Amino acid sequence: MRVAVEQIINGLTIGSFYALIALGYSMVYGILKLINFVHGDFFTLGSYLGYTILIFAAAFITAHFGLWGGIVCAMLVAALCLALTGLVVERIAYRPIYPAGRLPAVVSALGASIVLQNAIMVIWGPRYQAYPAPMIPNLHLLFFGINITLLQVVILVFSFVLMGILYYIIQKTLFGASVRAMALDRDTASLMGIDFNRVILFIFTLGPALGAVTGVMVGMYYRQISFTMGWNYGLKAFTATILGGIGNIPGAMFGGLLLGVLEMLGAAYISAAWKDVFVFIILILVLIFRPTGIFGETTAEKV
Amino acid sequence: MPLLIAIEDLHITYGAIEALKGVSLSLDEGEIVAVLGANGAGKSTLLNAVSGLVPVARGRIMFRGAPLNNIPPHEIVRMGVSQSPEGRKVFSTLTVDENLDLGAYTQRKHIQATAKAKARVFELFPILRERHRQLAGTLSGGEQQMLAIGRALMSSPRLLLLDEPSLGLAPILVNRIFTIIREINDQGTSILLVEQNARKALSHASRGYILENGSLSISGTAAELKSNSKIQEAYLGGSAIRKRRGTGESPKSP
Repeated sequence: MRVAVEQIINGLTIGSFYALIALGYSMVYGILKLINFVHGDFFTLGSYLGYTILIFAAAFITAHFGLWGGIVCAMLVAALCLALTGLVVERIAYRPIYPAGRLPAVVSALGASIVLQNAIMVIWGPRYQAYPAPMIPNLHLLFFGINITLLQVVILVFSFVLMGILYYIIQKTLFGASVRAMALDRDTASLMGIDFNRVILFIFTLGPALGAVTGVMVGMYYRQISFTMGWNYGLKAFTATILGGIGNIPGAMFGGLLLGVLEMLGAAYISAAWKDVFVFIILILVLIFRPTGIFGETTAEKV
Repeated sequence: MPLLIAIEDLHITYGAIEALKGVSLSLDEGEIVAVLGANGAGKSTLLNAVSGLVPVARGRIMFRGAPLNNIPPHEIVRMGVSQSPEGRKVFSTLTVDENLDLGAYTQRKHIQATAKAKARVFELFPILRERHRQLAGTLSGGEQQMLAIGRALMSSPRLLLLDEPSLGLAPILVNRIFTIIREINDQGTSILLVEQNARKALSHASRGYILENGSLSISGTAAELKSNSKIQEAYLGGSAIRKRRGTGESPKSP
């Protein structure tokens, strides 16, 4: 029982990483029907930027604002830089080829991913980099015999706050309704007076920024980052997106959390080496019985 | 009445296909003008060109003296032109309320004006008030049509573009929709109406144009068009055919 609860908490922790990355995939897919392969590398770049801040500037920042000040600063800088990167990538890699259709855009996304990944390798080197241990809180907590770390609690709370804010914006505000309308039908949304470019601006700044914050959290959690980690996390997050129903914001959050928990339970009770296989079997089962994902569209359009 | 919109020699092309080949029409403030024609004649293309959804290849669209060419669709809504598109196109997974609020997206900073516009829509279509929390996709076809028209009214447009409002509706609903279109017009909104139901459209419009294969063939007042034998034969499915049957002549296909 204790193991199960601990594994569920571990699963929710990495699940919230998947969920936060999945949101970026899902928003872009929702609006452009494009699988934004570069998103995993946004996450990696964010992680490296956070790493750099913690290595070079943290001593100074920490001296003035404390341990958490350094972390917040690393996250903020990473998020801002990635919001900018997201816009630049959209301008260079996607905007010129929108009229060419969806397939060229997917190829362009793969190209952008390779460019970004290699840029990271050139800048920071091909070897693993380690997040500086003294910059990260290391405190174990015991609740009723269940062992969790303070970092996990912080990650969980922060991730849920971020997801809550995004959920509120998308589901409860007029601007969110305009984003959902644009995802459903671009032409009709334009007839409402909604500016397509505003929605693009929103998804290509917020998505990468969320990815960057997640990258910093992953760096702190695992301490070790590599320039290729975007592929693996990107693939898992994309799986989570499909699991929850692609293009669906609550679905992406739920899919990510579910994937994390399944992965950790599979690792604990079946085999750690087979955890990915376990995850994909679940995905296949969901797709057989609910091809549009757990939260996928069910309302039929009336003709 | 002053001129509201003037379309001059409008050409629209999709690749190699010319959908509109030099269409000119005008609409005065306060008018209902009908554009009639068969499927594929270019009626929806005409409205979409006014709304800025399809690029203008040649010609001019002037709205209150200002050109609409090459202005993005969301700006055109802001200028006072809104469209209820063919096939209703309600946002099916959004609620009725959200659909209406999006209709007033350009007016979102004017909270009082938006509330007033919504009250007016609910007055015109009481059923929408009853269902305001329902997802639009769960409404019946007639209710969706009402929502589409109501949504287009939310921006309080000067010119309302209606694309086939009677499409797929039961006859009793068609009558209701046209009564409401008249009411909207009486309240001061000019309407450019695209319809296949020529009889209904001409009995509510002041003037009409016939669009055939991308060109205007005939235009005139509603009364002139209704009494035009060619139009009766081709679009009103009416007396001309019956008369010929009476004399034993076989009807020619239009």
